[in-house]
Amino acid sequence: MHRPAGKRFPWHLVVFLAPAVVVYTLFMVYPLLDSLRLSFFTSGPGNERIFAGIQNYVTLFTNEDWSWHFWNAFKNNLIFFAVHMLVQNPIGLLLASLLAARVRGHAVYRTLLFMPTVLSVVIIGFIWQLILNPLWGVSETILELVNLGGLYRPWLGRSSSALITVSLISVWQFVGIPMILFYTALIGIPHELIEAARVDGASGWAIFWRVKFPLILPTVGIVAILTFVGNFNAFDLIYTMKGALAGPDFSTDIMGTFFYRSFFGQQLQLGNPTMGATVAAMMFLIILVGVLLYMVFWQRRITTYEV
Amino acid sequence: MRKHWLLTLILVLALLLVACGGDTEEPAEVEDTGETGEVAEEEAVEEEAEEMEEVTLVIESWRNDDLPIWQDVIIPAFEEQYPNINVEFQPAAPAEYNGVLNTKLEGGTAGDLITCRPFDASLELYQQGYLASLNDLPGLDNFSDVAKSAWRTDDGSTVFCVPMASVIHGFIYNQAIFDELGLEEPETQDEFMALLETIANESDYVPLAMGTADQWEAATMGFQNIGPNYWQGEAGREALLAGEQAFTDQAYIDTWQALAAWAPYLPEGYEAVKYADSQSLFTLGQAAIYPAGSWEIQLFESQADFDMGAFPPPLPEAGDTCYISDHTDIAMGMNAGTEHPEAARTFLEWMTTQEFAEMYTNQLPGFFTLSNHSIEVENELAQEFLSWRETCEETIRNSYQILSRGEPNLENDLWRVSAAVINGNMTPEQAAEEVQSGLDSWYEPQQ
Repeated sequence: MHRPAGKRFPWHLVVFLAPAVVVYTLFMVYPLLDSLRLSFFTSGPGNERIFAGIQNYVTLFTNEDWSWHFWNAFKNNLIFFAVHMLVQNPIGLLLASLLAARVRGHAVYRTLLFMPTVLSVVIIGFIWQLILNPLWGVSETILELVNLGGLYRPWLGRSSSALITVSLISVWQFVGIPMILFYTALIGIPHELIEAARVDGASGWAIFWRVKFPLILPTVGIVAILTFVGNFNAFDLIYTMKGALAGPDFSTDIMGTFFYRSFFGQQLQLGNPTMGATVAAMMFLIILVGVLLYMVFWQRRITTYEV
Repeated sequence: MRKHWLLTLILVLALLLVACGGDTEEPAEVEDTGETGEVAEEEAVEEEAEEMEEVTLVIESWRNDDLPIWQDVIIPAFEEQYPNINVEFQPAAPAEYNGVLNTKLEGGTAGDLITCRPFDASLELYQQGYLASLNDLPGLDNFSDVAKSAWRTDDGSTVFCVPMASVIHGFIYNQAIFDELGLEEPETQDEFMALLETIANESDYVPLAMGTADQWEAATMGFQNIGPNYWQGEAGREALLAGEQAFTDQAYIDTWQALAAWAPYLPEGYEAVKYADSQSLFTLGQAAIYPAGSWEIQLFESQADFDMGAFPPPLPEAGDTCYISDHTDIAMGMNAGTEHPEAARTFLEWMTTQEFAEMYTNQLPGFFTLSNHSIEVENELAQEFLSWRETCEETIRNSYQILSRGEPNLENDLWRVSAAVINGNMTPEQAAEEVQSGLDSWYEPQQ
């Protein structure tokens, strides 16, 4: 308080920041730290917590029962992420550029394409299971209409195709998000730039890749990191469609379902909160590393053009 | 500056007020959820007035399907005899029950009577002091040791829940299809396979309505259903517990082999067929046989418009003793922290009577009382299941007692490999190997 006049502590800032900081700390920071703390403990008899150092992490990576599940979930999660990066985001970009070209009825398309994103995951899972259902699903009938009935397989039930199938369903659901982000970036590009390029004789293809794409690169980065964080936190769609055991044979198990099974248990498997917290800590770490890599290698190098 | 200070002060005061407000509300909330407002206030007089006072007991349960039966039949019958005790049935969704119950018990807001899952889930509640011991409850001697085995400590010294009901595995079939094709109930595995072949060849019906998408059916309706005939029921189960048998023994491999043989007779694309799909397939009359648990009876009776019959799991060889899975599934215990232990015990004691056994088994066909009272079941299909108790030896699912305590979890493993065996992704030998190595890694008698 005894500061020279004019350099008083800005108390009003504290007051304005307080509500957000308090709520955020109470509901985000504290639980996160407490969960990290929990991962260094183990349960004794009568549910008491005993400090165990990094024993849980050692178990997770050296005990075959745990490490197999961890690496399996991690691998599946990478595939899940790869499908989103290779399918969802390019399609999102394609749709966005079509919409930005102001085709007739683009507002209707925009709404329709974005709709699955706001639907409940439970509904999405239910609808797609019905569509792909080998007993009453329409997918086989549709394939038969174009004489491709022989191509039908119970994709969701086979360990070879289940993960790709759920990934594509998730892509279908969330394609609206990259689309909207790319779309807003694309319509933000000043017309002068595009007109100038056109006057110089550039084709539509060249204009897109030489003018528009470099200008929306920051958005590409944001979409990539949002996809990464979303995918490594994903859980609900797989839980809805395949249950906590993420069958068949753990072929659709990702970090989220692995965490759920460890923490809350499954049928006769009792929950193990401390190991669950350890898995959660690893998820946090993976996402943290991903975000840091993005910050260092992308965010800092990217030039944001003043458009 | 003064103004800022004032603002901060006001904010802090406001926060404090909110915090205190929360505090003062709490007792009121407890009164509400306990539904015992009057009693709490008059705690001093409670003891002498116990006989006179009206108390309300709350039952925690996961059987939300049974709500009407509890409300309209069971509870009124009890309240008629004990007018001073009101009972309220408050079920939660089955998948959420364990979590909800634990939270309520920790918070001290759980009901007086608690529906018990079999084995470890309830044992843990007892060990944490949430369930009261019922050793001195009169009427418990109406239950056999096998019936009580799911709700007592490992050494058998303390029982903490009153066994309510078991479910029996078998096969339910569509009588109309059997009549149409002139089929008869099979007794042996060979007859069973021949029967499936006949249905597949001579009709468009799906011979066996089951899928592997949810995995648990493969283990529960498949492996645990037909298995007891191979591992000789309790003898095999106890040998596993004692470490004298292993999943790599012939009996278990044979079970998985028999299961793998089902694959050609399951609906097309069975790998992606879920539980509700196969239920519908059967009740719509498109499938001939349904590998079942007796809990299906109620739903099937209400949805299918054809007659149904049932046969026990087929025997490996003609003339063998038959074994059925008569699985201890549901029981009722007392919250150790209840405010009305006397009333709760009265209710539990009533649950051991012939009257309750008869009412429960008849109202919920497919859930069979575990008591020794001899009772008549009106539902024919349920009576058929129940009649196997006379002719066959009973056992329970072999993964439930003790063996699913470790990591990897045996029950989860059985789900996974049984589905994989039917899907053709694993041979019976590989399945046996994987399950056994999992058990070897933590269960001492098996090491």
